[in-house]
Amino acid sequence: FYLTPPQVNSILKANEYSFKVPEFDGKNVSSVLGFDSNQLPANAPIEDRRSAATCLQTRGMLLGVFDGHAGCACAQAVSERLFYYIAVSLLPHETLLEIENAVESGRALLPILQWHKHPNDYFSKEASKLYFNSLRTYWQELIDLNSGETTDVREALINAFKRLDNDISLEAQVGDPNSFLNYLVLRVAFSGSTACVAHVDGVDLHIANTGDSRAMLGVQEEDGSWSAVNLSYDHNAQNEHEVERVKMEHPKSEEKSLVKQDRLLGLLMPFRAFGDVKFKWSIELQKRVVESGPDQLNDNEYTKFIPPNYYTPPYLTAEPEVIHHKLRPQDKFLVLATDGLWETMHRQDVARIVGEYLTGVHHQQPIAVGGYKVTLGQMHGLLTERRARISSVFEDQNAATHLIRHAVGNNEFGTVDHERLSKMLSLPEELARMYRDDITIIVVQFNSHVIGAYQNEE
Amino acid sequence: AAGMFLRLLSDMQWRAAHPRWRRMSGSQRSASTTAEPHPLSLPAQAQVVICGGGIMGTSVAYHLSKMGFKDIVLLEQGRLAAGTTRFCAGIVSTARPVSIELKMAHYSNKLYQQLEQETGVQTGYMKTGSISLAQTQDRLISLKRIASSLNVMGIPCEIISPKKVSQLHPLINIHDLVGAMYVPEDALVSSANVSLALATAASRNGVQIHERTSVSHVTIQKGRVTGVETDRGRIQCEYFVNCAGQWAYELGHSGEEPVHIPVHACEHFYLLTHPLQEPLSSSLPTIVDPDGRIYIRNWQGGILSGGFEKNPKPLFTEGRNQLEIQNLQEDWDHFGPLLSALLRRMPGLEALQIMQLVNCPESFTPDMRCIMGESPTARGYFVLAGMNSAGISYGGGAGKYLAEWIVNGYPSENVWPLDLKRFGTLQSSRTFLRHRVMEVMPLMYDLKVPRWDFQTGRQLRTSPLYDRLDAQGARWMEKHGFERVKYFVPPGSDLLDLDHSKTFYKPDWFDIVGAEVKCCKEAVCVIDMSSFTKFEISSTGDQALENLQYLFSNDLDVPVGHVVHTGMLNEKGGYENDCSIARLNKRSFFMISPTDQQVHCWAWLKNRLPDDSNLVLEDVTWKYTALNLIGPRAVDVLSELSYAPMTAEHFPSLFCKEMSVGYANGIRVMSITHTGEPGFVLYIPIEYALHVYNEVMNMGQKYGIRNAGYYALRSLRIEKFFAFWGQDLDAFTTPMECGREFQVKLDKGMEFLGQEVLLEQKQNGVYKRFTMFILEDHDTDMDLWPWWGEPIFRNGRYVGKTTSSAYSYTLERHVCLGFVHHFDEQTGEELVVTTDFINQGEYEIDIAGQRFQAKAKLYPFSSLFAQRRRKDDVELSGYQRE
Repeated sequence: FYLTPPQVNSILKANEYSFKVPEFDGKNVSSVLGFDSNQLPANAPIEDRRSAATCLQTRGMLLGVFDGHAGCACAQAVSERLFYYIAVSLLPHETLLEIENAVESGRALLPILQWHKHPNDYFSKEASKLYFNSLRTYWQELIDLNSGETTDVREALINAFKRLDNDISLEAQVGDPNSFLNYLVLRVAFSGSTACVAHVDGVDLHIANTGDSRAMLGVQEEDGSWSAVNLSYDHNAQNEHEVERVKMEHPKSEEKSLVKQDRLLGLLMPFRAFGDVKFKWSIELQKRVVESGPDQLNDNEYTKFIPPNYYTPPYLTAEPEVIHHKLRPQDKFLVLATDGLWETMHRQDVARIVGEYLTGVHHQQPIAVGGYKVTLGQMHGLLTERRARISSVFEDQNAATHLIRHAVGNNEFGTVDHERLSKMLSLPEELARMYRDDITIIVVQFNSHVIGAYQNEE
Repeated sequence: AAGMFLRLLSDMQWRAAHPRWRRMSGSQRSASTTAEPHPLSLPAQAQVVICGGGIMGTSVAYHLSKMGFKDIVLLEQGRLAAGTTRFCAGIVSTARPVSIELKMAHYSNKLYQQLEQETGVQTGYMKTGSISLAQTQDRLISLKRIASSLNVMGIPCEIISPKKVSQLHPLINIHDLVGAMYVPEDALVSSANVSLALATAASRNGVQIHERTSVSHVTIQKGRVTGVETDRGRIQCEYFVNCAGQWAYELGHSGEEPVHIPVHACEHFYLLTHPLQEPLSSSLPTIVDPDGRIYIRNWQGGILSGGFEKNPKPLFTEGRNQLEIQNLQEDWDHFGPLLSALLRRMPGLEALQIMQLVNCPESFTPDMRCIMGESPTARGYFVLAGMNSAGISYGGGAGKYLAEWIVNGYPSENVWPLDLKRFGTLQSSRTFLRHRVMEVMPLMYDLKVPRWDFQTGRQLRTSPLYDRLDAQGARWMEKHGFERVKYFVPPGSDLLDLDHSKTFYKPDWFDIVGAEVKCCKEAVCVIDMSSFTKFEISSTGDQALENLQYLFSNDLDVPVGHVVHTGMLNEKGGYENDCSIARLNKRSFFMISPTDQQVHCWAWLKNRLPDDSNLVLEDVTWKYTALNLIGPRAVDVLSELSYAPMTAEHFPSLFCKEMSVGYANGIRVMSITHTGEPGFVLYIPIEYALHVYNEVMNMGQKYGIRNAGYYALRSLRIEKFFAFWGQDLDAFTTPMECGREFQVKLDKGMEFLGQEVLLEQKQNGVYKRFTMFILEDHDTDMDLWPWWGEPIFRNGRYVGKTTSSAYSYTLERHVCLGFVHHFDEQTGEELVVTTDFINQGEYEIDIAGQRFQAKAKLYPFSSLFAQRRRKDDVELSGYQRE
């Protein structure tokens, strides 16, 4: 079974989306030029989600990738809801009041977010009322709590993450009279999702990360080469601090059972996540909710299963780690991507491929045969691929697509091998997950002129 | 890798040599950086110093020493045969489109074949034959043309079918081929070893060879070479030979008086592989696939394959300091398309293992022909360089001709196409060279159709009327850097692709040129002919006349105002130049000669005129714009513009007068047109050019005037049997051989150059005869057109080649001009060619293997000459040039 290059392209491009920040008076005054995003499923259906939106009542832009596990319900809910929680957390008191009054008196609401969505990115209609009510409760509390202080982005992000996770948990405990919704909120709570969210406002870039998705900054050095700067820490077993944190939060007696086979309680890869109430609720609560829940939930072995050595819940939190970075003119782009990308590509390669794609310059390393045994046919194939790589840059109109092409199709020489690409994309559904993970990528391109101007002002 | 490579290519058997050739002691491969003492000091003087120890330098040394020169020193900055020669692919191929290059390659092949026996040095000579493939019909036509000229030279060659190709070479994919040319005697050599063999023989003949000796510059005094400065001291010498290859340009520019040698290097890549599982036979023919841009030869059981890509990489533009040859990088991405072509041609090689991609820079010249000869400014300074990657094929022959040139004063063949003096300082710009060689290198394998022009390095020299003519639809060609009009695309005609039409058949400008010719015959046309070389020679007394009388064969002691057509002959009576000379007054002369004579003619005269401050030679080419008014109504236009009677009584043919045209005064008007048609050439001081042109066009309107180009001129001159220097005439052709006895005044009362030979020929007859051929059964629309270089057959036997051809719109036939020889049927010895011999033969012209009947004529059709105004005033067989 073999896919032709156009077939490969149609698969790769099915989910690509680009957004260019509109210009005013022929000038883009935003520090963001725009972004490209794309996702390639391995699971069926895909468990990754992505979101992008412009804050309308405050300045700034929000972008995020969400890697779901144990189903896509939680990632879907987070992708729909999290940005509202963040936006609301950022709103000044007066705006919150205005919105509340509008809702109270049935007037039209001030729009809070402008979404930038691919047609495949859907919102759940059925749950919108429920979600809205939870959100309203949140802002009402914020109005009541009015501290009078200007909102700190870091705190807003942390609060929003924690509040949403809390709401997810509560909604599942309370349930809903509508059986569909009732089942939905339970599925959301019992599945899980990581979140890696960027908030860009002028030169202030905040990354809030929960889980093992990653944010990476592409920096162009003075000599034109590309380097990568991590703007998030993976919350998993490879992160010593994270392992340390988990151990601190539980009695010493549990030390050995907390992390097994690089997984939390021997089960969960990410050490922080939304949902996943199986790692947060007490055993009693879990049992009660499952028993009173719908039959589908009861029949599900996974939900009924209690993690081993489960003594002192919660073991899991949705609280993000927030990193603040002041953008400099040499910071050209930001890549947000789920672990599907990072497990196939080193961040340095990601920086180079995206950087060269965006600048259209290709510092191809010259090939040298040296002492290797290379046949004419192999060399010919390699050269053809290198030429294709150049043409594939022009083939791709989307940096995220370009990156996926490399992530899936790269051979040992670091060039896209069409044959490999074709094989990887034509794997049957049940096999695909064994060879690759869902990949979701957002590439945000910065506006160096605006950033430079900001710098000069300061 | 380079060291390993040297070991592979050269068999290291050449070590034993003459005691005077001291190689450095120690390891053969010791790096040149290792400081070692020079055991032999340089001589203080020598007759000849050759710079460059590659194939060219060693070949010149070899031939000079064979011809009896004993006092020769060869200097090499590094090691012998260590530059391009070492890296050269070693293919000796005779299939060359230019006749002189073909002869050089043929000689080289014969020389290399016996070199091992002569010197005892293994040269790796192997007669493999070569197969040139054609993927298209046009390519096959061009191969057939080459095959025709190889066959008449006695070099075995045949056009073969694709099936035959696969029998000769089992690996070739023949599915996309339409045919091929097989040259069974082409050979392979180890080029480094050939060079070392030549050095060994030269050394035995007394040539001193010094390695690791760099020439810093050549000293020149009073226009003569006096010596060579090296890093090891000075050598006084009489002759210097620049065989510095890639560095010839820089070496030429290193002295106080620069010698311009227009060469520029480009990177050249070829691939070496490990042997095949069943190693390839060393006798397997070499494959040239020009449509795939590659060549493939067997090499040590594997293959060696390189090519000439579309996008060459020029290098060393800023000089040698950037990079050393040894450090050049392999560039696989650049080689990719050639590798594709290779695997397409030989798909079975997929699994063959790569050994190395060699980057071997080659030097190229502005016109794809090599450069040899003496500097026009420094006597005794000779050059042999710019081999356009065919150094090993040309090496033997080129060295021989250059040695003859030094020893005898001239080579044994016409080498004008290769003469350094075809270039001037204008081709020496690095920018020009860089751009031009990028066009030349791909052209090595491009299809060369009749009348192709270079596209780069254009619009350098132009007439002041350039923009005006261009706006009127002029299509341009270039000669010696000067833009000249081919023809004018009529207004409203949308033949935009005219320049891109490439064909061996009837070209699409056929009707356009036909209309221009018709206008020349019936009304009047203007052709801008400003590119001609124009000299003025004047003196205080009779020196100018006396000297010119010696240098020119016709009688120049004519009344003031007369124009004389005359040859500038060499000692052997051959044409060094062909000119029209007007006597402006008693003591000054105005000389018109072909465009590309600017450097050569200047040097010839400078070298032969006495050093006399009362005798002045001036190049006034740039001072005048020349307008040629051709046609029966030219006389009307000019008389209306000048208010002067221009009829034959007042202004006879071959007359020159300064007069006013419009408001402009001092216009030099000559009643010649270079076509045999009535009319005038106006030599206009350039500031008046636009004014006079406008006046002529305005006044000419009522007479039906129009612009015309050189293609019309060419058709007109060829149908009237006018020869033109550089194409029909050369240094090996005398006036007696081309029916121009009437331009020679053997009895003019004083001796002139070439007189003896001409007298001898007058008495004993000539061995070749310029003849006009009218093609009889040739279909202009359907058949291949003649170009030049087509073999002429008399009664089925080869007698010579054409030198030019054109379609005559008046005769409605193709006319070819060429030389007929008389070879003895048994011995092949050349016999005298008589008028009867010409007239009593049945002739055929071979165009790409197809023979067409032709009628031979020794005199032009008198009916073509519109009017006779004075007895003998017609430019009958007058000189002509383009």
